[in-house]
Amino acid sequence: MIPELGHFALVLSLGLALIQASVPVWGARRRDPALMAVAGPTAIGQFALTAAAFLALVWSHVVSDFSLATVFENSHSAKPLIYKISGVWGNHEGSMLLWVLILTLFGALVAAFSSNLPATLRAHTLAAQAWIAATFDLFIVLTSNPFVRLPQAPFEGRDLNPVLQDPGLAVHPPLLYLGYVGFSITFSFAAAALIEGRVDAAWARWVRPWALTAWMCLTLGIAMGSYWAYYTLGWGGWWFWDPVENASLMPWLAGTALLHSAVVLEKRDALKIWTILLAILTFSLSLLGTFLVRSGVLTSVHTFANDPMRGIFILGILVLFIGGAFGLFAWRAPVLRQGGLFAPISREGALVLNNLFLVTACATVFVGTLYPLALEALTGQKISVGAPFFRATFVPLVVPLLLAMSFGPLLPWKRGDLYAVAQRLIGSMAIAVIGIAASFAVDGRGPVLAPFGLGLALFVMAGAIADLIERTGLFRSAFTTAVRRAGGLPRSAWGTMVAHFGVGLAVLGIVGETQWGAERITAMKPGQTIAIRHYNLTFEGVSPRQGPNYHELVGKFTVRRNGEVIGEVEPSRRVYPVRGTTTTQAALMTRGASQLYVSLGDPGAGGETVVRFYHKPLVLLIWFGPVLMMLGGALSLSDRRLRVGAPKPARSRAAVQPAE
Amino acid sequence: MTRKQRRLALIGTALAVLGLAAALVLNALKDSIVFFNSPTEVVEKPTKPGTRIRIGGLVKPGTVVHAQAPDTLTVHFDVTDGNKDVPVAYTGALPDLFREGQGVVAEGTLQSDGQFKADVILAKHDERYMPKEVVDALKKQGRWQESGAAGAAPATQGALGAAPSKQQLR
Repeated sequence: MIPELGHFALVLSLGLALIQASVPVWGARRRDPALMAVAGPTAIGQFALTAAAFLALVWSHVVSDFSLATVFENSHSAKPLIYKISGVWGNHEGSMLLWVLILTLFGALVAAFSSNLPATLRAHTLAAQAWIAATFDLFIVLTSNPFVRLPQAPFEGRDLNPVLQDPGLAVHPPLLYLGYVGFSITFSFAAAALIEGRVDAAWARWVRPWALTAWMCLTLGIAMGSYWAYYTLGWGGWWFWDPVENASLMPWLAGTALLHSAVVLEKRDALKIWTILLAILTFSLSLLGTFLVRSGVLTSVHTFANDPMRGIFILGILVLFIGGAFGLFAWRAPVLRQGGLFAPISREGALVLNNLFLVTACATVFVGTLYPLALEALTGQKISVGAPFFRATFVPLVVPLLLAMSFGPLLPWKRGDLYAVAQRLIGSMAIAVIGIAASFAVDGRGPVLAPFGLGLALFVMAGAIADLIERTGLFRSAFTTAVRRAGGLPRSAWGTMVAHFGVGLAVLGIVGETQWGAERITAMKPGQTIAIRHYNLTFEGVSPRQGPNYHELVGKFTVRRNGEVIGEVEPSRRVYPVRGTTTTQAALMTRGASQLYVSLGDPGAGGETVVRFYHKPLVLLIWFGPVLMMLGGALSLSDRRLRVGAPKPARSRAAVQPAE
Repeated sequence: MTRKQRRLALIGTALAVLGLAAALVLNALKDSIVFFNSPTEVVEKPTKPGTRIRIGGLVKPGTVVHAQAPDTLTVHFDVTDGNKDVPVAYTGALPDLFREGQGVVAEGTLQSDGQFKADVILAKHDERYMPKEVVDALKKQGRWQESGAAGAAPATQGALGAAPSKQQLR
């Protein structure tokens, strides 16, 4: 009964979406406030109904209702509760329902917090959002219905893929989707702006909080997915340039560019067409990611099911929205009035450079991800494009971006002096040079690129702090004055500083892990000791252990440093009997920001066990950096000027009223 | 600067960055992509020794041999598509689901003696999953049955998780 109610709610939600997609647009044409106002309640109703459908599915998973095909395929009665719940989105049908749930959530939020928007803009935005929701509702109902019953309910389910039974995976997809799908709002705003033929600073001010929110979730979601891959896949890699990871990186890069260009639009009324284009591009890349992941053209941990009908359907959605949006763009963009002028050396100029590099880097990821697919479709040649490709293209494009990052915030608007800014960054440059020299002195025979990477990371971090020093006048005026100024700085300035510092920290972590990491793979017998860096690990043996829905073989290692025992690590290999699958549970020992990483391989011949050891210096910074970036975004979001419902000054209100 | 000069500066920078990116991409595509071959293709038209390729097929039952001490990390096995076999040598830890009779993708270089020296082994990560390249290679040889013992066709499954590329072990 509950699943049928869920199914029914989903269909009702589709109906509401169709109303919301058409009536407000008609109302906007006829300038009828009552018809336009339909968008608000329908958006909230859509969310309520989709939430009901989603809860019905969660319920079916929690009570292990194996008469539902999705529950039977992905659940097991012995599974812990948290994985019963996270199993809801651990499969194609459920994850699509989550996708739509988040889509309608953002629609409802806009409806709830946009009373200060001009009525037509609001109507058009919510209508555009409803178009997206309607097509995806239709997609679920027609091709991926999670509420399909089996003719005969089996006694037991087939269990969730054990790799997905992990706390990180319970949170990673919802966060990622909040980011991915959150950019639908900026897309809808862009479409509405194009329909209205008007883009101004006020528009940017309304869009930026949504873009920021989505960007924060996406940042954290990607970081979390990366950490999950690091500790569950058993060989210590944290980024694989897997097409599916790239699918989330591309909207992130475009979204980061969007955040920065929206600043220019808001402050200087420039880069209008470009910002609109980025808003469309970001969500188009999200849709492309959904297509790549959901259509089955790629095989990866994220690809759940391969039903060609689904692929064609999503491809249709992709063509409809991306084609439609770019068509609208080509038709309407010339209507937009050109905005303010600026010199190449200026804050605007720096942000343009930022956009240029981010978008180009995004394009190289795009090429690397889609080229193998295109080549196979055209010539039948199968190739794989892996990390070497991205190291040779993406990294050289990001380095100048990072170098320029410290300059941007110090440049004034409209026209700046590069030499003066360079003088203010002398301290940062000195820190970077000292870092390079020191690292050469300590580890002269190490990898040559490592010291320069370290210098770059230090320059970015010091640059973020230099920005703060410059703004507060620390060292130039009295300390108390500087503190008072720091308190008076807008939160968005703090946000920039924290986020940029986070980027530097992440770079430092990446340099540390990739350049100074050590690894050893060896076959060991109990009692043997292995040395890695300044640690000695003694293998104490393996013992079996029983978990709720798995049994495992646990290895025990004593870790010594300078002869003193500093702890034990227990990596294990789990066997999930329902699927007959083995997973590797790595053991991590955290020392500061560095980690020792131990994972068990095959029990080899003659009582030996293959063990992999890694020493990963500064590895935790790779994820700590994005957390800081996210916090920077949150600080910026809390800025009073950007608060979603904040009253606008009378002047801008007059400016944005549609001319009637 | 006049408006025109500003625009020229902007367009010039954009073109320079795009040109740089295009050069990087073309260069990387020349050097760092890896072609996929089936065992038949490897035997019939071997690549130049030293070129990195991927081969995919089934681990031929009965061919997996672990080397004796002290080199206990080296494994020899044959990869087959039912028509031709390629002997593979690999040193390192094997993926969790590396088994005889199961699908596997190996990346490495072909030696002049016809042996394939792999440094990356990708195996399927789920009982019901088979790397797509392997399925295609087997289909080419007519060895693929939709519900065969080699692994059911992925299309019938609700939720599969498998990341050959995430399973690489070095």
